[in-house]
Amino acid sequence: MKRRNVIICALLYLAAILAIIVLEKFLPPTHIALAVLKKGCIYSLVAVSMNLLNGFTGLFSLGQAGFMLIGAYTYAVLTIPVAERDSVYMYFDGGIIQFSVPVFVGLLAAGLLAALLAWLIGLPVLRLKSDYLAIATLGFAEIIRAFFQWDELGVITNGSNMLRKYPTFTTTLFPFLVCSACIAVIVLLIHSSYGRAFRAIRDDEIAAEAMGINLAKHKRLSFCISSFFAGVGGGLLAMYQTSIQAMTFKSAMTYEILLIVVIGGLGSVTGSCIASFLFIASSEWWLRFLDTEMTIGNFKVPLLRAGFRKVVFSVIIMVIVLFARKGIMGDHEFSIDGICSFFKNLGKKKEVKS
Amino acid sequence: MSTNVLRVEDVTMQFGGVVAVDNLSLEVNEGEIVALIGPNGAGKTTAFNCITGVYEPTNGRVSFYGKELVESYPHGKIKKTYIGENAGRYTKRLVQTPDKITKEGIARTFQNIRLFSSMTVFENVLIAKHMRAKQNFLTATFRLNHAEEKRMREETMELLKMQHLDHLKDEIAGSLPYGIQRRLEIARALATNPKLLLLDEPAAGMNPQETLELAEFIRQIRDEYKLTIFIIEHHMDLVMQISDRLYVLDFGKLLAQGTPEEIQNDQRVIDAYLGVSEDA
Amino acid sequence: MDFISKNLPYLLAGISVGGQYALIAIGYTMVYGILRLINFAHGDIFMVAALVTVYATTTLPLYVSIPLTLVVTVILGLAVERVAYKPLRSAPRMSVMISAIGVSYLLQNLALYVTGGLAQTYPAIPFISDTIQIGSATTKMVTIVTPILTIVLVFALMQLINHTKIGMGMRAAANDFETSRLMGIKVDNVISMTFLIGSFLAAVGSVLYFTNYASVVPTSGAMPGLKAFVAAVFGGIGSIPGAVIGAFIIGICENIIKGLGWTTFSDAFTFALLIVILIVKPTGLFGEGATDKV
Repeated sequence: MKRRNVIICALLYLAAILAIIVLEKFLPPTHIALAVLKKGCIYSLVAVSMNLLNGFTGLFSLGQAGFMLIGAYTYAVLTIPVAERDSVYMYFDGGIIQFSVPVFVGLLAAGLLAALLAWLIGLPVLRLKSDYLAIATLGFAEIIRAFFQWDELGVITNGSNMLRKYPTFTTTLFPFLVCSACIAVIVLLIHSSYGRAFRAIRDDEIAAEAMGINLAKHKRLSFCISSFFAGVGGGLLAMYQTSIQAMTFKSAMTYEILLIVVIGGLGSVTGSCIASFLFIASSEWWLRFLDTEMTIGNFKVPLLRAGFRKVVFSVIIMVIVLFARKGIMGDHEFSIDGICSFFKNLGKKKEVKS
Repeated sequence: MSTNVLRVEDVTMQFGGVVAVDNLSLEVNEGEIVALIGPNGAGKTTAFNCITGVYEPTNGRVSFYGKELVESYPHGKIKKTYIGENAGRYTKRLVQTPDKITKEGIARTFQNIRLFSSMTVFENVLIAKHMRAKQNFLTATFRLNHAEEKRMREETMELLKMQHLDHLKDEIAGSLPYGIQRRLEIARALATNPKLLLLDEPAAGMNPQETLELAEFIRQIRDEYKLTIFIIEHHMDLVMQISDRLYVLDFGKLLAQGTPEEIQNDQRVIDAYLGVSEDA
Repeated sequence: MDFISKNLPYLLAGISVGGQYALIAIGYTMVYGILRLINFAHGDIFMVAALVTVYATTTLPLYVSIPLTLVVTVILGLAVERVAYKPLRSAPRMSVMISAIGVSYLLQNLALYVTGGLAQTYPAIPFISDTIQIGSATTKMVTIVTPILTIVLVFALMQLINHTKIGMGMRAAANDFETSRLMGIKVDNVISMTFLIGSFLAAVGSVLYFTNYASVVPTSGAMPGLKAFVAAVFGGIGSIPGAVIGAFIIGICENIIKGLGWTTFSDAFTFALLIVILIVKPTGLFGEGATDKV
């Protein structure tokens, strides 16, 4: 049974890769579908990493944008080619970093630096409970943003100016492979002994402690791992956007990711992934027609103009938050067995009816 | 005389101006079943919390097999307002988190059941094996600890079989009936391989028949796992039936101690439980 | 003396901004006190109030448009509570918080749609927009009006809470939600009243706040909202005097930092202050601690 599932999963994965290759071959490189796929992959990773913390460990943290910012900046700062530094850091005499590292080293460094900072921040804030933790992490994310915009640090961060000309990716396969590898690691972690300990902390802290689980250590671990992947996600986002600025990593970004996590279902990895793609696709692609004025015959459709898409979109989100509180997947995972039993149940229900 | 397992010396717990546990001293010896009884609000659970590290006692010392676990003295804000006894006796501060104390070999259950309600019965017990496993998060993530993981799972399965819970292993803990949840909580505590088991009102909400079974069960686990048991209980039948010795707590103070017969005939205990009648 | 005269403009701005934060912070602290909910949408309600003023003044005279703003904001606050929070009364606290974030997202996008993404010029309101001279500093009348108005409103609010029946209901609900319901207090009315007061004060705050700024954009409410929330936490969430004092402290500190030439860090400082207070005294200056029962 289990073996069969592994094989099916591997086949699905290969099919996805194949599909991406085919899409890239036949669609023009600027087609919106490809952009949605790229961004969807990155948001999946970031959402899953946030879910590890909020959904699996029960720590309500709102620092995601801050850690993504660190990841994005670390990657960009370390990988800009030496020859381009003078033009990027034009106000800071080319900056003080006069080397550059390969892409993968940059991404790894992005994750590690985010994790290191999470460790430092975690020392004081992880002692706080629910709302207070949320607001303290949100505060830290804002502080981080201010630091990166500080002109005194401009020789490293380029102050409030843009960072650009670092290596980016063109194929959709790159973010897909990196993100799926990272998500696979998170899934392995969740199903390990440590993942169980995280869930125990989520269910009942006091009981978990009575079972010999060191709360401080495990919370810190979850916080650092989550931030590591947020950092890598930030690095990938930098690659996707081709230029970055600290200003864009506002708390609104954290809220967006939190909404994705909630729509997908707290405690469901597949839910987060599905929700990411749906979120990105509908906000950037499927609802785009709402932004352009339209006339059917002589009838001018009311309300349609720039910005209406976002309104409709946020109404949809509110409906999900209010009426489907558990999100798309609840805390279940999307699985082959799940689909099988779903169809079996469907059959049974029909039988009963007839 | 057998080895001393738990020794509580002069433990006082003061919250603001209220002394919840007042200068409590007691001992539990190896292989015994000792009960702590007393009216509601007498400070029994608070005493448990001081032993297991949930609270830091305001004053006093707790030791386990001769090793000091917790020691404290009035300090900080409470120093000026301290109204307990033996203020100058302890000068050291030794505070441990509950998980360290569990690791030392003291396991506990809770008055209001605290299971990991979204996890399965099997996982609930498996969690207890986590603290002693030789692994770190990297070896665990990349499955380099498969031997450890296998051992943990086997031990868990064995324990579930012994506790006759193995047929429920894939059930979600939160959806089980109350009586089984209680048993699962005890099984989970046993999985930490304790030497001393603290049970906080295990018979709460049980009917007489279930209570009878519980008494048998407690004796049985003591013998099977070579445990020492310290129990808080309200059901006098149960307490009188299983315990070797009793401590009676009233308004945080130790009122009496002795064998079940002695306690049953102790006038002060009768007064505390039944109240002194006005014409007496 | 030299220090004061040099920093007088910043000090005055600080007191003024502090009063405006205080008016927003009361909304946060009262809602949190009763529902244990960080109402993330409160800052956006504040922003909508400003937009309403902008649009109202284009066609209506000021003496109509400002009361209209107050009424519309109160209705909006009550509507948000009815639609987004009331159905989740028995849901986990996190769901309600997420709903609040959803409302905030919706209000911002709605504002973006209505304004077409253009910054809206805030009208000059006679009297409070007038410039005056205090010592060596030139400032707007609003600087003086704000703290006075804030204190008057807070005083009135304290009277309401301590000496009326609905006020008693609020105190009871903040103390123990379930029990006060059992005691026959109409908790839903109490909550509506709380949102009414909070939105009203936010609307007053918006009139005062935006007089100092040229324009309103859809994200204008986010930062003041967050800072007011920090003020509420700083003073001890649930405590109205705490929120007011916290707001003044934050307003003044923030402007002094600006005066020292550290503008980049004026926001960061607020959050640093928050983190320090959370670590040193997690319940804030005037908050009461609650312990988990084991």
